[in-house]
Amino acid sequence: MRVLLVDDEVDLASALAERLDLRGIQADWVTTAHAALDKADAVDYDLAILDVKMPKIGGLELRERLHERHPRMKFIFVTGYGSEMDFNKVKCKAGETCYMVKPVAIEDLLKRMKELIGDIGGDQ
Amino acid sequence: MPVRNLIPSFWNIPDHLPGPPRYLFNYRRIWKWSVLLTSVVALLPLIFITLVDYKMTEQAFESEFRSTTARVVANTQRAIGFFLIERRAALDFIVRDNPADDLSDPIRLAFILDALQKSFGGGFVDLGVIGSNGEQEAYVGDFELYDKDYHEQPWFRQVVERGVYVSDIFLGFRQVPHLVIAVKQTMPDGDFQILRASVGIAPFEDLLANLELGGLGDAFIINRDGILQTNSRYHGQVLDYLDLPIPEFSLATELIDAVNPDGEKLLIGYRFIQDTPFILMIVKKKQDLMRSWHRTRLGLILFLVISVTLILGVILGTATYMVNNMYVADEKRLVSLHHVEYANKMASIGRMAASVAHEINNPLAIIGEKAGLIKDLFTFKKSYSADEKLIGLVDAISASVKRAGRITKRLLTFARNLEASVEEINVGEVAYEVFSFIEKQAQVREVQISIEVSPETANIHSDRGKLQQIFLNIVNNACAAVPDGGHINVQVAPSTGPGGGVSVRISDDGCGIPKEDLNRIFEPFFSTKTGQGGTGLGLSITYSLVHEIGGEIAVSSEVGVGTTFEIHLPMTMPPRKGQDDACTAG
Repeated sequence: MRVLLVDDEVDLASALAERLDLRGIQADWVTTAHAALDKADAVDYDLAILDVKMPKIGGLELRERLHERHPRMKFIFVTGYGSEMDFNKVKCKAGETCYMVKPVAIEDLLKRMKELIGDIGGDQ
Repeated sequence: MPVRNLIPSFWNIPDHLPGPPRYLFNYRRIWKWSVLLTSVVALLPLIFITLVDYKMTEQAFESEFRSTTARVVANTQRAIGFFLIERRAALDFIVRDNPADDLSDPIRLAFILDALQKSFGGGFVDLGVIGSNGEQEAYVGDFELYDKDYHEQPWFRQVVERGVYVSDIFLGFRQVPHLVIAVKQTMPDGDFQILRASVGIAPFEDLLANLELGGLGDAFIINRDGILQTNSRYHGQVLDYLDLPIPEFSLATELIDAVNPDGEKLLIGYRFIQDTPFILMIVKKKQDLMRSWHRTRLGLILFLVISVTLILGVILGTATYMVNNMYVADEKRLVSLHHVEYANKMASIGRMAASVAHEINNPLAIIGEKAGLIKDLFTFKKSYSADEKLIGLVDAISASVKRAGRITKRLLTFARNLEASVEEINVGEVAYEVFSFIEKQAQVREVQISIEVSPETANIHSDRGKLQQIFLNIVNNACAAVPDGGHINVQVAPSTGPGGGVSVRISDDGCGIPKEDLNRIFEPFFSTKTGQGGTGLGLSITYSLVHEIGGEIAVSSEVGVGTTFEIHLPMTMPPRKGQDDACTAG
C-alpha cells in the first residue's frame, strides 16, 4: 500500500515518511496542497495523511479535492488544533477519515491506518 | 426572632474596604440621613402642634374653672349681701315705723320680734333697744340681757357714728355663733336709741352648704382678721383662725392661687361683702379641678406617643426596605460585572491556552517524530540497538514528548469546553482531567489526591466546561486550605437524592471554615483572603455555575478537621435561561 504525507513542516513529514518506510509502508511526502494534488495524480495512493492547517490550501479543502479525483482514497488528519476528545466524537467518519492530534505516537497512527484500510501490509 | 435577623444586610458593610471602592453609596449614611430627615420633617410639626394644643387646652380648662369659680363667688356674695341688707333694711324700717317709746315697750318689741321671725323665717334670735347712754332699755329673747351697759363697746360707738352696724360672728353669752345688726333711731329731740338684733348664722351655712362646688370646693366666710365666720369643710370650724393667708382688700371678685399647709395647690375666689366685716371665700383644690383636664391630657399624650411610634415605625421600615433594595441592586450589579469579567478572563485564558497548545504541538510533533525515527533507525538497522544507553535516551525523549502532548491536549480540551455545550459526560473522567491540572502542584507539596469513582455512576448530560470550572474552583480552594502533606479526597457516586444523578464529594483535611463564615461562603465578595488577592468570587461563581447546570451544592466544615463540598448533579441540565450566558460567553 502507498501513503501520501502532506504537512508544511518538512521535518515532521520527512521523519514520519521515513519511519513508515522502515515499517514497510511506502510513504511519499510533500509540503503543499498543490504538490499533493500533483503527486496523487501521478501515483495511486491508498491513504493520505494530512495536516489540517497549511498555508494557502488547508487540509480540509485538500481532502475534498483529493476525494473528488480519487474517491477510493482514505484520509487521516493530523492536527495541532483541538483536543483528542473532539475527534473521538467523529471517530472515523464513514470509514474513510480519521482525526488525530499531534504529537501522534506511531503505534496509534498504525492502528488507525489498520482501522481504515484493513491489511496495511508492511512488517510492523 | 433574634435581633440579629432584624439588622439589614447592608448594615455590616465596613466603611473602608481594601481595594477600589466597591459600592456606589454609603448605605448606612443614606439610611441614617433619610431616617433623620424624614423623622424631623414628620415629627417636628406633629410634636409642635400637639404641644400647642396641649397648652391651649390646658389654658382653656383653667380659665373655665376660674370663671366658674368667680361666678359662684359673685353670686354667693350677692346672696349673702342681700341677706344682710334685707335684715338691716327690716330693722331700719322698724325704727322708722315705730316711735321710740313703742320700741322701748317690751310687749311691742316682743310683737315685732315675733313678726320678724314669722316673715323672715329663721335668723332673728332676739331684739334689744339700747339707749343713747349705752344701757339696754328693752329686750326680748331667750336671754336675760336687761340693764347691760354697752356704751364702752366699740360697736356702740360705730353705730352711733355710722347709724348702722353689722358685727362679726361671735359666741356671745349664749355660746352660739351669731352676729349682731344694729341700727340707730334718731328721735325728734336729737336724742337717739339703737335697735339691736341678734341673727343666727344658720341661713348662711345653709346657703354655703348648698352651693354646688366642683373640685372638692369649700365655701365659707371669714372676717377681716382671718377668723372663720362659718364652718368650713377643710379649713376649720367657726371662730377658728383660717389656715390660709387673708386676701387683700378689693371691691371686685378676685381669684388667687395659693398653697395649703399640705402643699396642695389651691384656687381661691373671694369677695369682700360690702358694708360688713365679711369676706366670702371659695377654695378649690386645683388637682381636683384639673381632673378632667388630666384625662384629656392623657389622651393627648397617648395620641402623641402612638403617632410618633407609628411614624417612626413606617419611616424605619421604608428607609430600611429602600436602602436594602438599593444595596441588593448594587450588589447584583457588582456580581454581574464580576461575572462578565470572569467570563472574559476565562475566554482569554481559553484562547491563549488553545494557541499555546497548538504552537507547542507542532514542534513537539517534530521532536517526537525525530526521536521516533532515531529509535527506529537503531532498532530497524540494528546499528546501535545494543547500546541501551542510547535507546534509553531516545525513549526518555519520546516519553517527555508524550507527557507534554498530554498536557497540551488537556489544555485544548479545557479551552474548547469554555464554550457552552451540552453533551454526555462521564463525571469521573472530568474529575480526573481537572485534578491532572493541579497534579504537579500537589506533588510538590506532597498533597495526596485520591479519586474514587463508583462503577455504577451513570453518564449525565451537562455542560462539561462548567463542570470543569466547578471542580477547578473547589479543588483550588481545597489546595489552598490543606497544609503540605494534606489529603484531598474526591468521591463520585450515583446520587441517592430524588431524580438520581451523580453526587460528588470533595473533602479535604485542611484548616476548615469557622461556623459563622460557613453560611456566607457562597455569598459574592465574601473572602477570608481579603487583601491577599482573593476577590471573594470563586465560590460564588461556583455556586451559580452549579445552579446553572441544575445542581445543588452544600458545604460542611469543622475548624481544624476539614471541609467537605457535596455537589449533586442532575441527569440532565434544566432549560437554559438567557441571563445564564454571562459566565459562559466567549
